[in-house]
Amino acid sequence: MNTIVDIVLRLACWLLLAPLLPGIINRVKAWVGGRRGPPVLQLYYDLARLWKKSVVMSTLASPAFVVLPAVAWVALLAAAMLMPLGPAGAGLSFRGDVVLMLYLLGLGRFCTAWAAMETGSAFEGMGAVREVSYAVLAEAAMVAAMLSLSVQTHSLTLTTMLSPTVGAGAVLLAAGLFIVLLAENCRVPFDDPNTHLELTMIHEVMVLDHSGPPFAVILHGASMKLLFFAVLLTQAVLPMGKLGVVSSACVLVAGVFVVTVSVGFVESLMARLAFRRVPLQLATAFLLCVFALLVAWKGGVA
Amino acid sequence: MSLTTPFKRIANAATLPWADVPAWPAEELVRATASELSRGARLSSWFGVPEGDAVCLVAVLAFDSEKTLAVARSAAFTGSYPSLTVKHPQAHMFEREVWEQHGLVPEGHPWLKPVRRTNGDAPANGTFFRVEGPEVHEVAVGPVHAGVIEPGHFRFQCVGEEVMHLEIALGYQHRGIEAALTGGPHRATLIQMETIAGDTTIAHATAYATILESLAGTEAPPRAQWLRAIALELERLANHTGDLGALANDVAFIPTSAACGKIRGDFLNLTALLCGNRFGRGFVRPGGCRFDLEPERAQRFLDRLKTALVDVAQAANWLWDSASVCARFENLGVVSMAQADEVGLVGPSARASGLTRDVRADHPAGWHRQAPTKAAIWPGGDVFARGHVRALEIERSGEFLCQQIFAKTESELRVEIAAPAPDTLAIAMVEGWRGEVCHVAITDAAGRFRRYKITDPSFHNWTGLALSLRGTAISDFPICNKSFNLSYCGFDL
Repeated sequence: MNTIVDIVLRLACWLLLAPLLPGIINRVKAWVGGRRGPPVLQLYYDLARLWKKSVVMSTLASPAFVVLPAVAWVALLAAAMLMPLGPAGAGLSFRGDVVLMLYLLGLGRFCTAWAAMETGSAFEGMGAVREVSYAVLAEAAMVAAMLSLSVQTHSLTLTTMLSPTVGAGAVLLAAGLFIVLLAENCRVPFDDPNTHLELTMIHEVMVLDHSGPPFAVILHGASMKLLFFAVLLTQAVLPMGKLGVVSSACVLVAGVFVVTVSVGFVESLMARLAFRRVPLQLATAFLLCVFALLVAWKGGVA
Repeated sequence: MSLTTPFKRIANAATLPWADVPAWPAEELVRATASELSRGARLSSWFGVPEGDAVCLVAVLAFDSEKTLAVARSAAFTGSYPSLTVKHPQAHMFEREVWEQHGLVPEGHPWLKPVRRTNGDAPANGTFFRVEGPEVHEVAVGPVHAGVIEPGHFRFQCVGEEVMHLEIALGYQHRGIEAALTGGPHRATLIQMETIAGDTTIAHATAYATILESLAGTEAPPRAQWLRAIALELERLANHTGDLGALANDVAFIPTSAACGKIRGDFLNLTALLCGNRFGRGFVRPGGCRFDLEPERAQRFLDRLKTALVDVAQAANWLWDSASVCARFENLGVVSMAQADEVGLVGPSARASGLTRDVRADHPAGWHRQAPTKAAIWPGGDVFARGHVRALEIERSGEFLCQQIFAKTESELRVEIAAPAPDTLAIAMVEGWRGEVCHVAITDAAGRFRRYKITDPSFHNWTGLALSLRGTAISDFPICNKSFNLSYCGFDL
């Protein structure tokens, strides 16, 4: 019985809180730009509106066009179930769950890219190419980050990897993971979620032909991914294992909030990178995570 | 220019009896035009004038360093003539236009296709240059775009992200303005002039008013000339400010983008303070202007102008101070000086490639004869240069307005002008915010327009955009496009 309650609460937490993050980011951006901005709850309204709409399907697209966004969404939700939430721990935890998490994230991306190519549009093909080619580098950085956590804690289980003490490489890891977060969630400087220019889009152009409930699922999945990475970043670098239940929960919420606001500020004050410079930036993230790994591995010896 | 030139010199805002325009056989006109262009002249306009069943070509050249224009024509003919484009690519769009409008075939033209019409079909369904080979793919953008902008079709030949070739197909906004002007001026003509390109209302209306005034053998009163110069600079300020904001928006740099959107409105409101309309509609009229600027309002104007100028200087500095923005703008979409000269760019796009071309300085007419302006030049030819030239022009237009706003001009505001002289050619050029706006009118025996040719700066500059894309990434197209910010309807007429 307890397990069911736990799972339900956990699902509610991920599903209901995630759309709040883009709202906060947009508020920060509006504040910097001197505007009032959309309501913080705007994404909830958008999701409700999209859910009521019908689906427009290209005659060229197979049913995969509708199915794949759902698969990607489920994959993300499953990854979220593996992610510990501070004192509450993870919904599902076993040795090596970190590897499953990485693969679930990969599955989500694969499904989005496939769905993008269903309509045969030149734009969406372009977006898919960009998404997967940058993902190669972003994933390398992500794997390096997980390795450094694993070496540091001598564990392959997310609950143990994320909650205990923090090593000397925390700063490197924080910087590396923050860049990965920006890249994975298609934020400035890698992508511009607000742009209307198809030729410059990455994520947005991949979902250009989606409509109605599948599009709502895609938007919701994107916000969940953002929350996922914010939670991961907060727990990977803050020594939350040493805190009490209440205080560690507060630290987690505060950490996620700070990460979200930081994304808003980066987005407000930085211009987008030219595409040819993106690999360099992602390689920097990879190196930061590799150095964190070196610190975790050899730090104690030296 | 030697005395034996086949061209007749003419000043900006002047007229010439049609009979005095030297006429040559078409081959000779092409040869002479080519040799003048090689000597540093610039093709301002090239168009056909129907004469019975035949057509004669008219060439309008600008000698910027000598501060003079020159005009010549061919004898009426049908069929074909040797293409000028072969030697001077700046003629390519003009020759295509003449072919489309009058059926004269420029022999040897490398890419003869219509500029606006495609046999009743949409421009996007025309033929396009194709790059063949493995991994070459074609991307078609438009005519419907994601933003609220004008329709136009862009066809890219790409290898991966790299653009090898871009071809631009316009014509969706063709309204037949030139055809409607034949037999004019009509009652609606001025309104049509103001909407050739809505953001260039003052420049086009001023050019048209100047044509009618010079055909009547008179000039607008000094006070009207002064007001037109002020409105023209306001138009430049508003649009350049909007462009800086749009450039910032394209690279997702919020501070400048948000500020410039607001400041552009401040400049538009100043135009409204002048004449009651934010775009200057109904301000310029043949013979003068419709609204005066009395000293009390001039003071209010100056106060608000100064605030807006401080704001826009600040917003522009945010751009240049941000390393991430400069890294994005520099070395992107480069049009070299040689290329810019070869395709005949005008306006800020030309000046950003280091070319000194500014009608206000080179061919001053109206108020600019007593209130000189200096052209803002920035070598480089990249997106940064085009942005920076705009910022410089904002500065200089601001200074110009602050100096001129209390200029002593005691005269009437508007005078009645006589009917246009018969069988006369008149040329009026105005430096609009995009560049040289060139109007040429030829009247018939009754003093009605036999032919009225409009050349919007965009007509020269779209080729520059296509060139700037070569070898850059397709994702950089929007920002290159924004750095030129050309008019679709000004081109389509």
